Amino acid sequence: MAIRSFLILFILFFFSSLNPILSLYEDQVGLVDWHQQYLGKVKQAVFHTHKTGRKRVVVSTEENVVASLDLRQGEIFWRHVLGSNDVIDGIDIALGKYVITLSSGGSILRAWNLPDGQMVWESSLRGPKHSKSLFLVRTNLKIEKDNIVIIFSNGRLNAVSCMDGEVLWEKDFEGESLKVQQVIQPPGSNLIYVVGFASSSLFEMYQINALNGELLKHESAAFSGGFLGEVSPVFSETVVALDSTGLILLTISFQNGKISFHQMPISNLVKDSFGPAKIIPSSVTGIFAIKMNAVTIVIRVKDESKLEVVEKTNHETSISDALSISEGQQAFALVQHASHEIHLRVKLAHNWDDNLLKESVKMDQHRGLVHKVYINNYIRTDKSYGFRALIVMEDHSLLLLQQGEIVWSREDGLASIIDVTTSELPVERDGVSVAKVEHNLFEWLKGHMLKLKGTLMLASPQDIAAIQSMRLKNSEKSKMTRDHNGFRKLLIVLTRAGKLFALHTGDGHIVWSHLLQSLQKSKVCQHPIGLNLYKWQVPHHHAMDENPSVLVIGKCGPSSDAPGALSFVDTYTGKELSSLSLVHSVAQVIPLPYTDSTEQCLHLLIDADKHAHLYPKTPEAISIFEREFSNIYWYSVEDDNGIIKGHALRGKCTGEVADEVCFETRELWSIVFPSESEKIIAAVTRKLNEVVHTQAKVIADQEVMYKYISRNLLFVATVALKGSVEIGSVTPEESWLVAYLIDTVTGRILHQVTHHGSQGPVHAVFSENWVVYHYFNLKAHRYEMSVIEIYDQSRADNKDVWKLVLGKHNLTSPISLYSRPDVITKSQSYFFTHSVKAIAVTSTTKGITSKQLLIGTIGDQVLALDKRFLDPRRTVNPTQAEKEEGIIPLIDSLPIIPQSYVTHALRVEGLRGIITVPAKLESTTLVFAHGVDLFFTQLAPSRTYDSLTDDFNYALLLITIVALLAAIFVTWTLSERKELQENWR
Amino acid sequence: MAAVTPLLLLLLLSSAPSFSSGSRNAYNINGRVKIPQGLGLGTKGYALPGRMSNVKVLLNGGQNITFLRPDGYFSFHNIPAGTHLIEVSAIGYFFSPVRVDVSARTPGKVQAALTENRKGLSELVLEPLREEQYYEIREPFSIMSLLKSPMGLMVGFMLAVAFLMPKLVENMDLEEMRRAQEEMRSQGVPSLSSLLPGGAMN
Repeated sequence: MAIRSFLILFILFFFSSLNPILSLYEDQVGLVDWHQQYLGKVKQAVFHTHKTGRKRVVVSTEENVVASLDLRQGEIFWRHVLGSNDVIDGIDIALGKYVITLSSGGSILRAWNLPDGQMVWESSLRGPKHSKSLFLVRTNLKIEKDNIVIIFSNGRLNAVSCMDGEVLWEKDFEGESLKVQQVIQPPGSNLIYVVGFASSSLFEMYQINALNGELLKHESAAFSGGFLGEVSPVFSETVVALDSTGLILLTISFQNGKISFHQMPISNLVKDSFGPAKIIPSSVTGIFAIKMNAVTIVIRVKDESKLEVVEKTNHETSISDALSISEGQQAFALVQHASHEIHLRVKLAHNWDDNLLKESVKMDQHRGLVHKVYINNYIRTDKSYGFRALIVMEDHSLLLLQQGEIVWSREDGLASIIDVTTSELPVERDGVSVAKVEHNLFEWLKGHMLKLKGTLMLASPQDIAAIQSMRLKNSEKSKMTRDHNGFRKLLIVLTRAGKLFALHTGDGHIVWSHLLQSLQKSKVCQHPIGLNLYKWQVPHHHAMDENPSVLVIGKCGPSSDAPGALSFVDTYTGKELSSLSLVHSVAQVIPLPYTDSTEQCLHLLIDADKHAHLYPKTPEAISIFEREFSNIYWYSVEDDNGIIKGHALRGKCTGEVADEVCFETRELWSIVFPSESEKIIAAVTRKLNEVVHTQAKVIADQEVMYKYISRNLLFVATVALKGSVEIGSVTPEESWLVAYLIDTVTGRILHQVTHHGSQGPVHAVFSENWVVYHYFNLKAHRYEMSVIEIYDQSRADNKDVWKLVLGKHNLTSPISLYSRPDVITKSQSYFFTHSVKAIAVTSTTKGITSKQLLIGTIGDQVLALDKRFLDPRRTVNPTQAEKEEGIIPLIDSLPIIPQSYVTHALRVEGLRGIITVPAKLESTTLVFAHGVDLFFTQLAPSRTYDSLTDDFNYALLLITIVALLAAIFVTWTLSERKELQENWR
Repeated sequence: MAAVTPLLLLLLLSSAPSFSSGSRNAYNINGRVKIPQGLGLGTKGYALPGRMSNVKVLLNGGQNITFLRPDGYFSFHNIPAGTHLIEVSAIGYFFSPVRVDVSARTPGKVQAALTENRKGLSELVLEPLREEQYYEIREPFSIMSLLKSPMGLMVGFMLAVAFLMPKLVENMDLEEMRRAQEEMRSQGVPSLSSLLPGGAMN
């Protein structure tokens, strides 16, 4: 008895030493996790290189990021991610110390301190009407040391002080149909010209005093031909426009308030001209460009009205803005693309024939075309001008060119990830391993000595730093082969630019990248959009020699009936194996759980006309598919109409589409939500590849509950129509939220619960037999999380052991979804402090390890929350038996433990998604969070019970063994001596 | 200083019925985030100014996002009347979300309350409820931690068996002892292992 109680004490003591929460020491940062910061595709760049000190470039991007970069290395000095609806319209640098950003459709103006990114002031601009906004900063107009910025937005011209953001004057342009095209400020004068079109054929010009906003002149003139598109300013009092047919160039001059038009048909300039042209606006004096189909034509304007073609090219061309290099001299850059090279030319605005600089730079084909170019000058040691060019490529990457070389590059396409999947690395074989053989023996010994010193607490601070860097640089983790624990994998990510990247999970480096042909702009496909990534071929047993591949699905254009495009990419080499342009559209993709003999996964693509198409298009795949024909069901959610439909296959396609792999479908059921009262805002189902270890759950007092586990459960949340708007504009009485659990084969609603006084947005995650969802409770004005667990009642009588032994149970009876399921649900709700951007759940290979919820909070952090906190069986006072089972006493809100932030002190700015992948080791799961930043880590929700942790103390183990051996010898001699004495007695 | 102030201009105009619904009842919410200097635990690598520039203030779950001025003030522009939620995101600090009532009837008056503890605020000054420590503190080396580790327990247990058990055997009855020794001898087991069954007999 005594021994037993001692053992219990021992076990209790042992377990109490295990910390129940997941936590990290500060020196473990970077051991298994990595964090990468990106910006997104650059929209605008402004250099700051005049002053001594650090040379910077300030950029604004399509991800609403404003950032200051080091011009030498491309590192981020500071960065701010604005809200998702706070789109940046323009940036500039004022007073040499403030970065000014205009955002939210020209209504918010902010100034940031250039050295550290601290916001200095913010002002709100409003205007009488919504319109396209323009932005203009001036540095030459001074009012007592202060500069003013002129902003035209929403039909109002504002002059704002750069010091404090105060609006100095404002002037409304209320003309009914006036569309302001340009705001021009001639250098060295106090005038502002506002030019625009009114009622399609009227040209309007306003002359305004920049110091006080006084209207000096207003002229308008009609042009019978009408206008098309944008205007390009060529001189301070001349603009160029196109007539409404796009065939005639108009030079509009408004010198001294007199408007005069000058027409020039494009066919007179270019002999073989075809089709309407488009003006590419540029700020270079005297030069503008037009584009006809794929031909770019650069035109020079000579004294008011004479036009002259200076260049005509088939290559993709981009022109930079003007850069004034000295008094009255303007330079600009021209970048042209020619297969493997790009040609950069820098010219003076008034001298087309000479180049200030001409360079060719070899460019990786997988960066695509040059989209934008920005130039900046520096003075060389021999007092001549040197130029550096910042270019934005088609794959959203950012490069700095100087002296014919790429100084640095940033893969900013990774800021806009659309979809993620994983792939295994090759198995380690002779000649496969990429990592180099470890350093020599001496280094190895030195490393181990250092480690020993560290564990024996003898290390000096320098030694500790050396140990730390050694741990971080561990070559094991970035090896290019599979490891025993399954920690090393490839993350395959598809970005919005249509580029596929493979990232190594060990340290996040890019293994390969590939710009997909199928997602490139082409004649047939004008606006390709990447949609999804699927595993196409996952070789494991009999196709071991094949490389795994992924399927990339895209479509041409945003409409629902746009034709689809497929690409198949080898994940080891990054080569595009093949690409297909489909004749049908892609509305839905269903990965089927069947593979053919080469282990290609079968996929069913549903088009907008509800035909199903099977891929791969092989006879073998068709025969496999036909065997399973009657077992294939799927559902579709039409959130606009509030309808959920269930579908099944009917037979081969008939009619004009005589395709072997085309199948007709039929509608099985539909659930129509009343459109006036309910709107679908979330529909979540289980992950297809989720593994459930056990169906039974043993609860306190030896009872068994059977989880209702079905792959065909769908969680749907609807809100009252009024509640579908933002928080803050509805009262609790007029909003409610309904959560449904629907069986997607039969369309039966298994469970339904209404939360009165609640509203969206709803974020939900479905796993095993439970669903957790996050919503806003208007009555308490707090966020809430609810859990619903669903149990199978029909098997509840199987708890008798004798029945199991005698075989009188119904566990082996076939389960059909058509028989009415006898289920019970349990649910509970808790308050949760933060807004949520994404929710995911950890997943492990066998599903034995307990689960954690990964909650992406509004602060762009990822919080791990044990599922035990969301257990509907929690009560305020759990019984002794329940406590032993691990039920936590109920409190009204979920705890936020700072140590359980998996992102620790980092932020995953602009967080959009969290992906979990099981490692081979059961206790561990890999977590990848993406947004503007990327973050990856390994998690062990129940600690690593199946392997020794990284900080396992080997020295202590050795010492213990030695101590035990010594003790054995000592006691042995002692006992021998004693025995001898005994014998003598 | 911290107040919900309707824009004067719009207030005057709001009586006009033809005003577009988007900008009717547009108010500004002004407030201040205050991070007490003394709260810092002196954590290395964290300078307060750097922290301040990374603080975001979010309205209604990210519908509007704004940043702090150097003095900690922030403002949201063009906010419609209603009950709003303000959250502060600052690495290293835990802020409670705040519910703010903006109404046309009581212009210029703040009705704000922390949602975590339902504490009302007389002015919109947001302070962190607590500091967040994301890392476990590594305990300094101590004998206790060494003894508490499984290895230490193993050694301790062994020592206890090796040195305390013989003591227990010594206190036994002489009679019993002899019997036990005889038993042992008859079994012929090595003398070292004979200690263990002796212990088990207790």
